[in-house]
Amino acid sequence: MRRELPLAICFIMGVIMTVQFFIPHRYSQWLFENMLRWLIIVFTFALILGILSLIKLHIQKVQYRRRDWLYSIVALTGLGLSLVTGFMKGPESISEGQPFMTLYNYVQIPMQATMFSLLAFYIASAAFRTFRARTLEATLLLIAAVVVMLGRVSFAAIFKDLSLGFSTWVESWLPGFAEWVLDYPNMAAKRGIMIGIGLGAISTALKIILGIERSWLGGGD
Amino acid sequence: MKNLTRAFTVFLFYFAATALTAAEEAEPPVTARDVPNDAGGAVDITWLASPLEKEEGFQGYDVQRRAPGKEAFETIAEITPGEAVYQDKEAEDGVPYEYRVRALPAEGPPVVLGVSGAAASGQWFNTRRTNVLVGVIFVTTVIVFFIYRAKGGAELFVRKIAGLEAVDEAIGRATEMGKPILYVTGLGDASEISTIAAMTILAKVATKTAEYETPLIVPCYDPIVMMVEKEMVREAYAEVGKPDAFDEDSVFYVTTSQFGYVAAVDGIMVRERPATNFYMGAFYAESLILAETGAATGAIQIAGTDRVTQLPFFITACDYTLMGEELYAATAYLSRDPLFLGSLKGQDWSKAVIITAMVIGTALLIVSVHLGTGFAKLFETGAG
Repeated sequence: MRRELPLAICFIMGVIMTVQFFIPHRYSQWLFENMLRWLIIVFTFALILGILSLIKLHIQKVQYRRRDWLYSIVALTGLGLSLVTGFMKGPESISEGQPFMTLYNYVQIPMQATMFSLLAFYIASAAFRTFRARTLEATLLLIAAVVVMLGRVSFAAIFKDLSLGFSTWVESWLPGFAEWVLDYPNMAAKRGIMIGIGLGAISTALKIILGIERSWLGGGD
Repeated sequence: MKNLTRAFTVFLFYFAATALTAAEEAEPPVTARDVPNDAGGAVDITWLASPLEKEEGFQGYDVQRRAPGKEAFETIAEITPGEAVYQDKEAEDGVPYEYRVRALPAEGPPVVLGVSGAAASGQWFNTRRTNVLVGVIFVTTVIVFFIYRAKGGAELFVRKIAGLEAVDEAIGRATEMGKPILYVTGLGDASEISTIAAMTILAKVATKTAEYETPLIVPCYDPIVMMVEKEMVREAYAEVGKPDAFDEDSVFYVTTSQFGYVAAVDGIMVRERPATNFYMGAFYAESLILAETGAATGAIQIAGTDRVTQLPFFITACDYTLMGEELYAATAYLSRDPLFLGSLKGQDWSKAVIITAMVIGTALLIVSVHLGTGFAKLFETGAG
């Protein structure tokens, strides 16, 4: 029963939601919207469990002075401050100028932006590694990348300013070729992958609905 | 050749006749009709532009509605000049309303363009999704057929997938080095197929780590995913007879903030120095930040995602990458269960049919462009 009940629920809900996708009637929409609401409710309870797991993990780290336990104090302090400032004034806490929003705007957003901006450096280092023309494939990749990069920025004006002879060629030919690389060979490969993904997703969903794939229940197959 | 000419003549006559019939049917000045493929409660009203539009100071149109049994029309919308369509979203299902459109000249009384009646209703089937339904039924049938064929004991060949072949090697490396394995299931929630696929691979990896008693670290972005993964890892340890070796804190929630999560996982990589990193599931802008940090720590990295835009980043920074469908094929590949292999075969055959349809479709489309026939309409997709 421990396994049969979740499998039955999964099958019934899977079939219902598949059928729902094809029915635009308001009863069908009502069902869909209610399912989403239930998902939010379940998520909220799961979030509490998640936060408890996080608190437990870091408290133990501090308690037993495990390696890097000082970082755990920072994590717990951040969590505590967010909770206190968030609950302090109820729904008003998310108004501008409130402590919670000040923390969000001046601490969290800049930290997130900092992490995101790291991407620029990582793209440079990844590009350096990838574009070394060691093999034929890598060389083709390098050429395609250079063409696309140059074609998508307004380099022609710079060439013109420098009175270089090939500025007209760069201006007229390169952007078009870059677009062609993106729209045809690149798009063809992308669509090929996407067709595979679509079929794989249908197959995985089918295996779960039919109860063939059961590892999500725990305990392997 | 004679037959071809005859067929072409028939085509010409057919389209000429269709065009003439269409021309003979004069379009009414105002048309109200139920919005097709909707939840109900809406009526589309269209009208022919009034000749008054050309006059200076023309104010536009007003759309009026009259419920059955009511004397007067009430104005429900005022439309600017140049527009000739309005959707009444306040209609009650099943009530046969009358709609009247009036042109509003610069001076003088409004000019009635026409009256048309319609009742709103919700549909029980979205005809714009017929092609999706046909596709789903076809693919499902093929997959189920191959699953049952595999159940019957048929031999099924699966090509070698380097990323999955390397799983054992990667786990073995971590075990030899006495370092942990980091398993990241991305930013997807539990309802995403790629996250579910990632979780099934985690179950297999956890079985191995339990066998070798290699530490496993699973930081989670979504609390529901965390709960499911915790259960899966716990069961994997129990399955190999080592329930006590399972560390409750090995699967833990981090945050639902994208870059907060990245910061935490990067921190784990730098501090714990895992020998092997798995990135499976749905990833966004964080993919390269994670993979590059992992590469910098010297870990062997295996990634798998169905996000096409993130694949190049993983291919660049990881040792092995499962591209798209390979992520979904992982369970079948790792378990070699005939049922799973059958579903894989079904996918392959569906793909073959889709490729054939694409080739035929492309040919018909080219014919359509050159001959002006209506083949292209067969391949129109209905969004929504």
